[in-house]
Amino acid sequence: MKEQANWSPYDNNGGTCVAIAGADYCVIASDTRMSTGYSILTRDYSKIRELAEKSVMASSGFQADVRALQKVLSARHAIYQHQHNKQMSCPAMAQLLSNTLYYKRFFPYYAFNVLGGLDNEGKGCVFTYDAVGSYERVGYSSQGSGSTLIMPFLDNQLKSPSPLLLPAQDAVTPLSESEAIDLVKTCFASATERDIYTGDKLEIVVLNASGIRREYMELRKD
Amino acid sequence: MGKAAVDVPMKGGFNFDLCRRNEMLSSKGLKSPSFLKTGTTIVGLIFQDGVILGADTRATEGPIVADKNCEKIHYMAPNIYCCGAGTAADTEAVTDMVSSQLQLHCYHTGRESRVVTALSLLKSHLFSYQGHVSAALVLGGVDVTGPHLHTIYPHGSTDTLPFATMGSGSLAAMAVFESKYREGLTRDEGIKLVTEAICSGIFNDLGSGSNVDVCVITKGQTEYLRNLQSPNPRTYVNERGYSFSKKTEVLSTKITPLKELVEVIEGGDAMEE
Repeated sequence: MKEQANWSPYDNNGGTCVAIAGADYCVIASDTRMSTGYSILTRDYSKIRELAEKSVMASSGFQADVRALQKVLSARHAIYQHQHNKQMSCPAMAQLLSNTLYYKRFFPYYAFNVLGGLDNEGKGCVFTYDAVGSYERVGYSSQGSGSTLIMPFLDNQLKSPSPLLLPAQDAVTPLSESEAIDLVKTCFASATERDIYTGDKLEIVVLNASGIRREYMELRKD
Repeated sequence: MGKAAVDVPMKGGFNFDLCRRNEMLSSKGLKSPSFLKTGTTIVGLIFQDGVILGADTRATEGPIVADKNCEKIHYMAPNIYCCGAGTAADTEAVTDMVSSQLQLHCYHTGRESRVVTALSLLKSHLFSYQGHVSAALVLGGVDVTGPHLHTIYPHGSTDTLPFATMGSGSLAAMAVFESKYREGLTRDEGIKLVTEAICSGIFNDLGSGSNVDVCVITKGQTEYLRNLQSPNPRTYVNERGYSFSKKTEVLSTKITPLKELVEVIEGGDAMEE
């Protein structure tokens, strides 16, 4: 029998992230609980980071790898700004994130990311990733421990009943900003009920033409 | 003399025949089905007039909450209750079984059940299953010999203690007990301490949550306080609610009529008498 390693470089700090794109806004949200095993490390940890003026990333998974990834992207963005004299657009940041993740294909960042922002036309955009950089532009997405609970509900509320029946819809969802925030709050309140790794507090970041805004909501602490 | 294999008759208990097959399957990568564990905080303490038991109400299946409000304080006898942590089916089954045995014993002796009887029945059952029955229990009650509190481990060992905690939240709860417990607590002080210990487990242990159940047992009276505290209400309810379309989309319709089976009876008598 081959001997198995009894030390792993990874740990899972839990948590859930969600992003929803609108016609002229984008909502990115995550809970603020950081845990390990059955214990809570802190109830007040932000998983969301602004990478550029119009790009916000939320990541769940192993927070040490998430922090390292955020630093790499911030550094690369600083270089881009020096070389091009402008901020990176959200689709450009999306590709950069994908390439950065695939660069470590054989020792991956244990990070489950969702990137939200405004594209070059000012419309909301959301990009969803796996741990090694496969990405896709979507109208909404969730990642993390509560994603299996939240995704079916978002599909039910936001997606057309059958993609075969109706004509293909735009990547953007026809919700107003306040409706989207309402939906996000319900998603997290529900996920908190059934997922032990999600809870404590909800951090919501809203990106629109007027800039970036933050909102918080209390969640169950048990 | 032939090589006649004598078939040994099946004894009761666990059948380990499939263990080799299961090991082979999991080495090939098959995930074995998970059990519903109670990932719990359960406590007990002895106070002035008897025993107080406490428990949280969350049952988990891995990282998912299977039951937000289950009952972990099980009835054994009118004067004896038992909190259970570990595999939910095991704690339920073992406490039900010993409760029945106690009742029969009661009728046989004509006396009120004693806590040590329940203790002996539980520990011998768990020991004989060599730890495969995954039940960790806090047994408490008041009988003619006075108040008693015991902990019972899955392999069958027991401890007799003035205060005890078990389950994944046991360390969080024990921290509270070790700081604030003293002998000769009054009823209200005892209930307050038990709820504090369970709340410590509920908020600091991810395997425990939801509400606090308490059971106060004194000479001649037992009070089962279900959901004594509910410190975890849902934080957000959308007033307008959400709509879910009742219809399933019809993509295409194809109707196939069933062929009619016609029986041809060749003249004569269709049926016999």
